[in-house]
Amino acid sequence: MELIAFYIFAAIVTVSALAVIMAKNPVHSVLWLILTFFTAAGLFVLVGAEFLAMLLVVVYVGAVAVLFLFVVMMLDVDFVELKQGTLRYWPFAALIGLAFIAEIALASFARGASTTTSFDASPGADTNTEAIGQVMYTEYFLLFQMAGLILLVAMIGAIVLTLRERPGVKRQNIARQTSRRREDAIEKVEVEPGKGI
Amino acid sequence: MELTINHFLTLSAILFTIGVVGIFVNRKNIIVILMAIELILLSVNINLVAFSVFSGTIAGQIFAMLVLTVAAAEAAVGLAILVVYFRNRGDIAVESVDLMKG
Repeated sequence: MELIAFYIFAAIVTVSALAVIMAKNPVHSVLWLILTFFTAAGLFVLVGAEFLAMLLVVVYVGAVAVLFLFVVMMLDVDFVELKQGTLRYWPFAALIGLAFIAEIALASFARGASTTTSFDASPGADTNTEAIGQVMYTEYFLLFQMAGLILLVAMIGAIVLTLRERPGVKRQNIARQTSRRREDAIEKVEVEPGKGI
Repeated sequence: MELTINHFLTLSAILFTIGVVGIFVNRKNIIVILMAIELILLSVNINLVAFSVFSGTIAGQIFAMLVLTVAAAEAAVGLAILVVYFRNRGDIAVESVDLMKG
C-alpha cells in the first residue's frame, strides 16, 4: 500500500518537475512547481514527517511560489523570444544529465541496496512535531537563531534592493515638518472694515 | 517489496538531475533557472528527510528545515535582484548580463 502511494507520488513529482523546466510559459512553470512541492509534501506525510510536509506547503506554495508568480507577472518580458533557440541546448543538457544519473547509479550500486524497511519520523516522542520541538529549541537553538538571522538579512536585503527614490514625487519631510515654528507659519493681519486685504 | 530508503534516494537523484538539466536547458531565462534551483533544493530535502526517517534520528528533519529557510531567503533576494536588473535594463536575458565585464 505504501509502495503504491510512493510510486504514484514519485511519478507526479517527476512529471511535474520535468514540466517545470520544459513549459513554454514561466507562469505554467510556477504552477507546475507548486504541484511538485505539494506532491513532495505528500511523500513526507507518507513516511510520517508531517511537520516538514506542512512547512513545505506553507513556505513554498504559500510564499515562494506566490513570490515567483508575482515577479513573473510583474516583469514585462517577451518569454517567447527567450524560449527561442533553447532546442540546441538540449543535447548538451541531456549529456550532463546522463552523466549525473550514471554517477549516482554507479555510487549506489557499489554500495548495495539497503534492506531497512522500518521508519520512524518521531523518535522519542508521540508525534513528529513534538519530536522536532524537543530538540529545536535545545540542541539546535543556535542553528534556529541563525536561520532567523538569515531570514532577517534576506528581508532587509530584498527591501533595500528594490527600494527606489523617484524624483518629482511629493513626500512628507518630517525634519522640516517638526522644525516649523509658529512665527514662520502664521501671520496676523489687521483687516480694516470695508477694505479687504 | 516494501518501501526502503533506496526508493527515496532514487527519486531524489532523478529530481536533482532534472534540476541540473533545467539550468542548462533554460540558459536564457533566469526565472526558470531559479525554479530549477528550487527543484534541486527540494531533492536535497527529500534526501535529508529520508535519511532522518529511516535511521530514526530527528537531526535530518531539523536540517531540512534550515535548507528550507535558506531556499526561501535565496528566492527572495534572487527575485529582488532580478526586479532591479529588469528596472535598469528592460530585459532579463542572461546572455546580456555582461555589464561588469568579469
